[in-house]
Amino acid sequence: MKNRTRQSILLLVLAALFTLAGCAKKSTPPPPPPPPPPPQPTASLSANPDSIQAGQSTQLTWRTENATDVSIDGIGKVDPNGSKTVSPTESTTYRLIAKGAGGTQDATARVTVESAVAPVSETEEQMFTRQVQDVFFDYDSFSLRPEVTQSLAAASQFLQQHPNLRFTIEGHCDERGSTEYNLALGDSRAAAVRDQLTRNGVGADRIKTISYGKEKPFCTEANEQCWQQNRRAHFVLQK
Amino acid sequence: MIKRLAALVLLTFVSSSLLFAQTDWIRTGTGLGVEKVRLAVPDFKAAGNDAQTAPLLTVFNETLWNDLDNAGIFELVSKSFYPLSVPGTPPELQLAAWSNPPVNASMIAFGNFGVSGSDVAMQGWLYDVRNTGSPMVLGKQYRDPASPANARLQAHRFADEIIFRLGGGINGIAESKVYFISSRSGHKEVWQMDYDGAAQTQLTHLSSIASLSPRVSPDNTRVIFSTYAKRGLELVMYSLELGRMVSFPAYNGTNISPAWSPDGSKIAFSSSMHGHSEIYMADSAGANPKRLTVSSGHPDSSPAWNPKTGAQIAFVSGRTGLPQIYIMDADGTNVQRMTDTGYAVSPSWSPNGQLLAFAWRRSYGPGAPGSQDIYLMDVTTRQWVQLTHDSGTNDFPSWSPDGRHIVYESKQGGRSQIWSMLADGAKQHALTTSGENSQPNWSWK
Repeated sequence: MKNRTRQSILLLVLAALFTLAGCAKKSTPPPPPPPPPPPQPTASLSANPDSIQAGQSTQLTWRTENATDVSIDGIGKVDPNGSKTVSPTESTTYRLIAKGAGGTQDATARVTVESAVAPVSETEEQMFTRQVQDVFFDYDSFSLRPEVTQSLAAASQFLQQHPNLRFTIEGHCDERGSTEYNLALGDSRAAAVRDQLTRNGVGADRIKTISYGKEKPFCTEANEQCWQQNRRAHFVLQK
Repeated sequence: MIKRLAALVLLTFVSSSLLFAQTDWIRTGTGLGVEKVRLAVPDFKAAGNDAQTAPLLTVFNETLWNDLDNAGIFELVSKSFYPLSVPGTPPELQLAAWSNPPVNASMIAFGNFGVSGSDVAMQGWLYDVRNTGSPMVLGKQYRDPASPANARLQAHRFADEIIFRLGGGINGIAESKVYFISSRSGHKEVWQMDYDGAAQTQLTHLSSIASLSPRVSPDNTRVIFSTYAKRGLELVMYSLELGRMVSFPAYNGTNISPAWSPDGSKIAFSSSMHGHSEIYMADSAGANPKRLTVSSGHPDSSPAWNPKTGAQIAFVSGRTGLPQIYIMDADGTNVQRMTDTGYAVSPSWSPNGQLLAFAWRRSYGPGAPGSQDIYLMDVTTRQWVQLTHDSGTNDFPSWSPDGRHIVYESKQGGRSQIWSMLADGAKQHALTTSGENSQPNWSWK
């Protein structure tokens, strides 16, 4: 539509120019008026609805004028006016091209696809990482924070649904404090998480614990943000 | 506070006293206030004309001077006061030249040193320059294959003889070793060095995530330490006699901070083999591990045996929050808390069984200022003194066999290094400079 408006403005301006030229050069006779240009094609494309869930479908509807050759990318040649049901698996922008003697015109319509369920391609390891989240601790503490009890309850549920998974809980500490005591503290952190999981019904024989103390930090800067990253129990799936 | 400190009596090897320094802290420790023996140590004279003599003699003279200076019981007379003519043998010694001003020495150590054939030979004497009747205190001769290491060894041996004679019959430490962890190969491995930082040598090549907490056996034949292996942190054993790892049983869980009983028959360590961190004791082959503590999930670490009696073990526990020093009987009974506040770790028991050296951050908490320093505590009175001041983060003190020195880890800026000092906090100096070095452990003899 915009292009059409632009075309009209262009014609008006051209006409004005010719008129002005005619005014300026009165001595020469006006040239014969040019033949009218062939009409420019018009096109519109819409999707209803324009947002679907994966597996659902939507209807594309299009209208063109002055076009002899109409096609939609990914669908192919179509009638000048029509509609079609599509079910894209991912968000797609459909593009219609209308060609005619007067030029080419295109129109687009976007269909957004929302994934309602996790893609079937997710591996057990990815699920484990998503469901069984690392636990963070306060300074010099191996007590579980209140919110951790909830996240470990969710993790326990997942682990009970996947009884074949075996995993390691690594206890880590920040760089402050003494090497040997931090190894003992890291061990207590891993054990505190293991004990909570077994209380929730996860078999102790599936869980291995190891303490890294301050020997294997996630972050090496000397600030609280970094220290917090290192005060954790980290879950690793055994393969 | 002053009354409390004044009550502190430290009895490591001679009577001690307190000394008020000009600073805001109090200097105390072993041997303070005792007049030190004024000892002259002129450079040994070169014997023979072998070209190898000169470089080895330089090593010998430097080592002997440093050993006697480090001993902490001598006042070495500056060489600038010495007579121009230095003796190499007893007939060349003029007693008066050394007993009179400006030297004013009580004792002189002198001798000669030279390479002949493939050997290096030393003759050395210690003379009491004020006893004109029979001045000789000791005379020694050593002969070994010529090498810088043997030049150092001869100096160490001779220094130890002098220290034994003049230091109240306590053996010198010049031939002792320090075991420690260094990352300079790219991995944390076990290293050893002479007590003065010379001859630093890598012992293990395990390339694990880390090897930690080396402790040498009382007979100097084995080093037990902790390393990341198949099961996690396992205790492992290195034979100094065989120069390789020897077998040691792998327990479940995290196994750290081993400590030898003074008779070498047992090992105490921290383990979570049954689920939670506790102090255990096993025999020296690792058999029959038995739990000593009951701290229900709280971290316990760093046992240290009373080397005098073998009847008590100091350790660290977080059973009341921040880690504190505790002692217990070697069967796990009679647990007593020793420190009252802050963050206290890494106990080391003095050879006479009377003092604990440990690392303490007295005001500790998120954002709390203050450094972690080395302290001594009298086990009986629980009076304590601070040995390091305003020098970064200090940890892992370990006593020398003579009880006069402490080696420790100090991080002053970027990387931690091994430092040594007298047990009163004097003569603090770094022994390592290369890479990152930690967890020193001084040999038992």
